[in-house]
Amino acid sequence: MSVADDPLILGIETSCDETGVGLVRGTTLLANAVASSVDEHARFGGVVPEVASRAHLQAITPTLRRALDEAGVRLTDVDAVAVTAGPGLAGALMVGVSAAKALAVAIDKPLYGVNHLVGHVAAEQLENGRLTEPVVALLVSGGHTEILEVTDIATAAELLGQTLDDAAGEAFDKVARLLDLPYPGGPHIQRAAATGDPTAIRFPRGLTSQRDMERHRYNFSFSGLKTAVARWVESAQRDGAPVPVDDVAAAFQESVADVLTRKAVLACQERGITTMVLAGGVAANARIRDLTRERCAAAGIALRQPRLSLCTDNGAMIAALGAAVVERGLPPSSIDFGADSSLPVTEVLVR
Amino acid sequence: MLLLALDTATPAVTVALHDGARVVAESTTVDARRHTELLIPAVLDALAEAGADRRDVTEIAVGVGPGPFTGLRVGLAAATTWGAALDLPVRGVCSLDVIAYEVVRSGSAGAQPFAVATDARRREVYWATYDAAGQRTDGPHVGPPLTPDEHVGTMLAALPAAGAGARLYPAAFAQVVEPEYPSAAVLATAVAASAVEIVEPQPLYLRRPDVTVTTGRKSVLGSASTGSASTGSAQSGRRQR
Repeated sequence: MSVADDPLILGIETSCDETGVGLVRGTTLLANAVASSVDEHARFGGVVPEVASRAHLQAITPTLRRALDEAGVRLTDVDAVAVTAGPGLAGALMVGVSAAKALAVAIDKPLYGVNHLVGHVAAEQLENGRLTEPVVALLVSGGHTEILEVTDIATAAELLGQTLDDAAGEAFDKVARLLDLPYPGGPHIQRAAATGDPTAIRFPRGLTSQRDMERHRYNFSFSGLKTAVARWVESAQRDGAPVPVDDVAAAFQESVADVLTRKAVLACQERGITTMVLAGGVAANARIRDLTRERCAAAGIALRQPRLSLCTDNGAMIAALGAAVVERGLPPSSIDFGADSSLPVTEVLVR
Repeated sequence: MLLLALDTATPAVTVALHDGARVVAESTTVDARRHTELLIPAVLDALAEAGADRRDVTEIAVGVGPGPFTGLRVGLAAATTWGAALDLPVRGVCSLDVIAYEVVRSGSAGAQPFAVATDARRREVYWATYDAAGQRTDGPHVGPPLTPDEHVGTMLAALPAAGAGARLYPAAFAQVVEPEYPSAAVLATAVAASAVEIVEPQPLYLRRPDVTVTTGRKSVLGSASTGSASTGSAQSGRRQR
């Protein structure tokens, strides 16, 4: 556990539709203030980049104040600032990066531009203490679906696989729309699935055929699944049959959970890694959590997972990664770095 | 006092420091795609040039646009966060007014009414009109520069105009005059002299975000992109609130 003289790190996150400011000492969470613009995107059925960027600018200083109040600290107590440099929506990232630079310069403290994806993994350290690397991380959210191998949280991460089309969260949103359920789709699909039979319909498991497993061993595809659900629903409607929303939701959810967990466990086994971190907003889905836990237990893999408020995008995860980077004594980012919407996961800290 | 002034509403990233008596440092770099990268280093360079410490800054002035959205937000995010961090006053100024203040000071349009037009992209300009003394008489607006039948085109066509929008569409104006971009040195001077209207440091977008409201099932099989809303006019949809 951390001690009171660990440096105090302030983290800023604006890569998608959540404005997050967090405060962390070592692996201890002090504040996690988040302002979400999700309601403003609901009527569009997905995140609108310009709407998100505008919301970030409105929310950034109120969220900063809220985080400081929550932690009961002053800006003069902060030892370093960390900010998401990428990946994410370019215009959204720029608000956070610009604010973080101004903040770091104003309070004369070092600034670290860090990787959003690795931040999701670092968030786990705030829940259960320091990670014992290497770990495999399964990140599932509205914007990301990735399997990472992290050999050093502050310096070394590698992308093992990712979605070739839709993120898992997007698939939930689109299938929800098909079933006339509201946005964001995740919670509504889960609710409908609770009374459904996951075996009632067998939807395809993307990229799991023998040939796909050679070329796309750890990659995902959810676009075909979405289309299969759409065809099934349309065909039922053409026949004049009532659509069994709960069965469709359960069968769809089962397909996503099955592929995600199967490939993540396989990655652990094949890389000889015995710890998995499950993170990202879609990790809130109970079926995905349960199946991951079940399959990890069966494979002798220790599963680590932060609470939901640390799973979704937030500033504390960026502060947690900043804390790991500072602890390692790495040099701050150069003040002229920019937002990088496609920052590779190998770049944990931007120069 | 030490006033930090900055504007990122146009392709120019411009910063200046003013000590109450004069501008003590200034810089302008034109690069429409690197506002995030250039702004804060330019501020640090200006502080060094002025021999000042960052803690000497006592107030901030920022151009609030109108401007293309992404670049505009870079300056506003920096100014408002800096101000919030150290509890400094942050004064917003319409970026077109900054150009207008320089037109009057330099006499570039002669002693007559004039217009300021900046590039709004999509073949449109952000514009405002001013009297000979530099008082804004209309605007800021966004609209096409080349439609003589429309109010915008007819009125603007009779006026000399400053700003990059005038250079892009010279046929829409009587004469193209200096300057092309707002200057933070001019912004600082105008604010220090209390010679411009001060507004909240909130962005002047003048346009709504371009998005299509999704229309339920059709978009899943029928369109290529639904993960993020696409450019176009809003349609009525089942999910519209």
